[in-house]
Amino acid sequence: MRGYDFTLKDTKLTALASGALYMPQAQLLCVSDLHLGKAGRRARLGEALLPPYETQDTLTRLEQDLKATQARQVICLGDSFDDLAASASLPEAETLWLTSLQAGRHWIWIEGNHDPGPVDLGGTHLAEVVVDGIVFRHIAKPSAQVEISGHYHPKARLVLRGRTLSKPAFLVDHSRVIMPAYGTYTGGLRSDDPALCNLMAADALAILTGREARAVPMPR
Amino acid sequence: MTALPPAFETWFASRGWSIHHHQREMLARSDDPTLLLIAPTGGGKTLAGFLPTLVDLAEGTNDGLHTLYISPLKALAADIKRNLRTPVEEMGLPIRIEDRTGDTPSSRKRRQRADPPHILLTTPESLALLTSYEDADRTFNGLKRVVVDEIHALAESKRGDQLMLALTRLQALCPDLKRVGLSATVEDPAAIAHLLARHPDPCAILQADPGPDPDISMLTTDEPPPWAGGGAAYSIPAVMTQIEAHNTTLIFHNTRAQAEIFFHNLWLANEDALPIGIHHGSLDRVQRERVEGAMQRGELRAIVCTGSLDLGIDWGDVDLVIQIGAPKNVKRLVQRIGRANHRYNAPSKALLVPANRFEVVECQAALDAVRAHDLDGDPRGPGPFDVLCQHILIRACAGPFDASELYAEITSAGAYADLTRDTFDDCLKFCATGGYALRAYDQWQRLLQRPDGHWQLRDPRATQLIRMNIGTIQDTDTLKVRLKRSRGGKPLGEIEEGFAATLTPGDTFLIGGQIVRFESLREMTVEVSRNAAKKPKVATFGGTKFATSTQLSQRILDILQQPNWPDLPDHTADWLHLQRDVSQMPQAGELLIESFPRDGRENTVIYGFAGRNAMQTLGLLLTKRMEELGLAPLGFVSTDYATMIWGLEPITDPAPLFEPQILREGLEAWLAGNALMKRTFRASATIAGLIQRNSPSARKSGRQATMSSDIIYDTLAKYDPDHLLLSITRIEAMRGLIDFGRIEEMLARIAGRITLRRLEHVSPLAAPLFLEVGRTPVAGEGQERLLSIETDRLMAEAGLLQPTKGQPTN
Repeated sequence: MRGYDFTLKDTKLTALASGALYMPQAQLLCVSDLHLGKAGRRARLGEALLPPYETQDTLTRLEQDLKATQARQVICLGDSFDDLAASASLPEAETLWLTSLQAGRHWIWIEGNHDPGPVDLGGTHLAEVVVDGIVFRHIAKPSAQVEISGHYHPKARLVLRGRTLSKPAFLVDHSRVIMPAYGTYTGGLRSDDPALCNLMAADALAILTGREARAVPMPR
Repeated sequence: MTALPPAFETWFASRGWSIHHHQREMLARSDDPTLLLIAPTGGGKTLAGFLPTLVDLAEGTNDGLHTLYISPLKALAADIKRNLRTPVEEMGLPIRIEDRTGDTPSSRKRRQRADPPHILLTTPESLALLTSYEDADRTFNGLKRVVVDEIHALAESKRGDQLMLALTRLQALCPDLKRVGLSATVEDPAAIAHLLARHPDPCAILQADPGPDPDISMLTTDEPPPWAGGGAAYSIPAVMTQIEAHNTTLIFHNTRAQAEIFFHNLWLANEDALPIGIHHGSLDRVQRERVEGAMQRGELRAIVCTGSLDLGIDWGDVDLVIQIGAPKNVKRLVQRIGRANHRYNAPSKALLVPANRFEVVECQAALDAVRAHDLDGDPRGPGPFDVLCQHILIRACAGPFDASELYAEITSAGAYADLTRDTFDDCLKFCATGGYALRAYDQWQRLLQRPDGHWQLRDPRATQLIRMNIGTIQDTDTLKVRLKRSRGGKPLGEIEEGFAATLTPGDTFLIGGQIVRFESLREMTVEVSRNAAKKPKVATFGGTKFATSTQLSQRILDILQQPNWPDLPDHTADWLHLQRDVSQMPQAGELLIESFPRDGRENTVIYGFAGRNAMQTLGLLLTKRMEELGLAPLGFVSTDYATMIWGLEPITDPAPLFEPQILREGLEAWLAGNALMKRTFRASATIAGLIQRNSPSARKSGRQATMSSDIIYDTLAKYDPDHLLLSITRIEAMRGLIDFGRIEEMLARIAGRITLRRLEHVSPLAAPLFLEVGRTPVAGEGQERLLSIETDRLMAEAGLLQPTKGQPTN
């Protein structure tokens, strides 16, 4: 399992290269901003008929992470679906697939701004949840003490050995983690955006996803 | 048969004009369903196209739209409006003429749809938009004629394909519509006629008297052209003399950068402060219009310009055209020469100025071709499918349609005459459902089939999005280069998109006389950092948009085969003789490869003569293959005639490198992950309507940047590799910058005959290639001087002596 280990208020966490976060002590895997059904939503709005493979691609990667970590608990940290209608109109095969991933696991859906309400799928639906003293919610609260959130789709750019890299990234400081978007059809917000700079402490790290998880000082 | 009414006879007489034969002929044949007029500039082409309309409308009995005029340029539409008003007003004809372009106020556009003028002047994009309205049938009701101006230029691009598809629509609305095309001299009038006519109708071609042959020659200068470079700064004094001796001189350049440098140098040499202007596509519109105005008023003695002046706006009294740098294409040269002397029946006067020694041979080849009336051009192939997809969506905006009727309509466009029903159905399916192997959007498909079998938009509101994205013009093909924002973001210049696409971060190249390192491509800007220490690995692309044509390349090879070269200046003839002594001449029927050491590196020069784009692709493929074979290539540089690869190991057995099958496989592998493919995909996906450039709901939060088209490309390649858009992307990339077709052509030409010459030194023909490495399109004065020192040293090494400066060479 490729990842970068760090601690958040004494809790050991592993940022996986895939963009998922693993908490060994709770056997918990957290993913954020799956945006399942995004292509379908765009089609419904009459905008474009994007290749309808993003749910398949996202679930494939999620399944791999679940296998690799043997996680017993899963938290989907909001915007799991591109909107509520997308959750309702998930194709049957993909619903079954999701259900099979949920089997034997404690599965928590956190509400996001795209999917603000219970979805018609197994699991627990919550606005936020506390696990071992850490708050899991979709959108970071500036006042939060120990918090893991998503929403911003952070990405970081940097030059390594003459190559410019721009990758979805975890932003991590002593009190919070902002998760990268896990979904295949997602853009990103650069870490030097004021919204992210204001949330993160000066000594924050960015952990780049991709083939390996690599930590660097958060580019700002 | 229509006779010229007395009022017109009187008007012609009052201007002191007599009607040209082809103008009378156009009038006489005004009932032909399609007519293509080929006439040189100044031949009264536009009036010829409009004469039947003016005569028809003179009686004042016509209501509504009579004639639609389409030009590739907004400016041309405005220019024609001015020119047409003269006869209309002087003869007091009851004719309303208006133009309609992207600049027309929307209130007037609305009014034009309900109450169109007699003559509407517009562009292909504005016409496509007009046909997308539900009331198109009313707007075009009674339309009798359509005149397509500068059709030779439109025929080379997707804009032309879109226009011809729009004409099929008009023809369906107005079955008696007559089509007229106006073209400059082209190599294959029948090909243009095929595009213009309703297939399979015949299209008569009227050839206006081409006038006397042009008076064209190579400019001879006291100083021989340099060994490399494209600036032709050496020719400034001679060009200045020519400007002084003529009324108005147009000085054409192949690239904007060269035009800028030349203009700068010309200005420094302009001791009498003659009014000289510059005009090219990268200049601000206000500045361009100022120059155009001054030209029309005859206030300028010379204009340094690029292809931006290729089209037929009337520029007044031009009596000399100078082409700086070898013309890459004979047809374009002939069209440029035609800009000189608008007085019909006087020969156009033109001078060619080779920018370097090899271009002397190229210019000679071009002169021979012009004198032999042997124009060139590569057939464009069948109409592209991305444009077809957009046409289907535009058709759907106008109302429900029957697929079979639409198919029949589309195949009446020449470019789509061979379109199979299967391919059409694939395109329709793509428009309707996305055309994915996985059926996903049945309930949300964009087009629905009604119970009566007609197709219609599922959501009528989709029309807005489709109309906002009509058109096929893509981003410019040059990219701005600037320092990274963190280093001040200073703009350095522009490089060609094709070159930028081959760069990976860390590559260094030359621009504006400095070595920079490629960092990233952001929002169509190439970001670089200064990097003085490194030797540039890949030279900046020459900046010539067009590769030397196949025909011209063949003529160059023919010249090289001559036993001696009486037509060439001595300096060039001597150079070629030396090549023959030291190595041998490249020839068409075999591939010459030279191999020699220099500065501790092994150099391999492949004389492929396949044109710059194909030679660039060949360089990429060969170095990749050499890497696999452990030949340690370090870099390469390509010109229209050769690719030079340098590395640590010599090539001793070249044949396996040129196995067509291996090259093709290399291409497949290279293409899949290539930035060029992704860029081509973005262009085709945008035209076909999968990605929208403009959207009414583009409330960009600024937060979550839109998903990149690369993700869509990667997803399709992974899950739906046979998808229509991927095959479209492949077709488009192959006939665009990759130009693999000409590599295939070269491989067929050499048929496995490869000659490897192992030399002790750089050969005379190869020597200038070393200078290509350090070449830049925006070289300053100092750069040019350094270049000349380095060139002399190199030439001495190759056993060549630079003739003394100032020595006459002819």
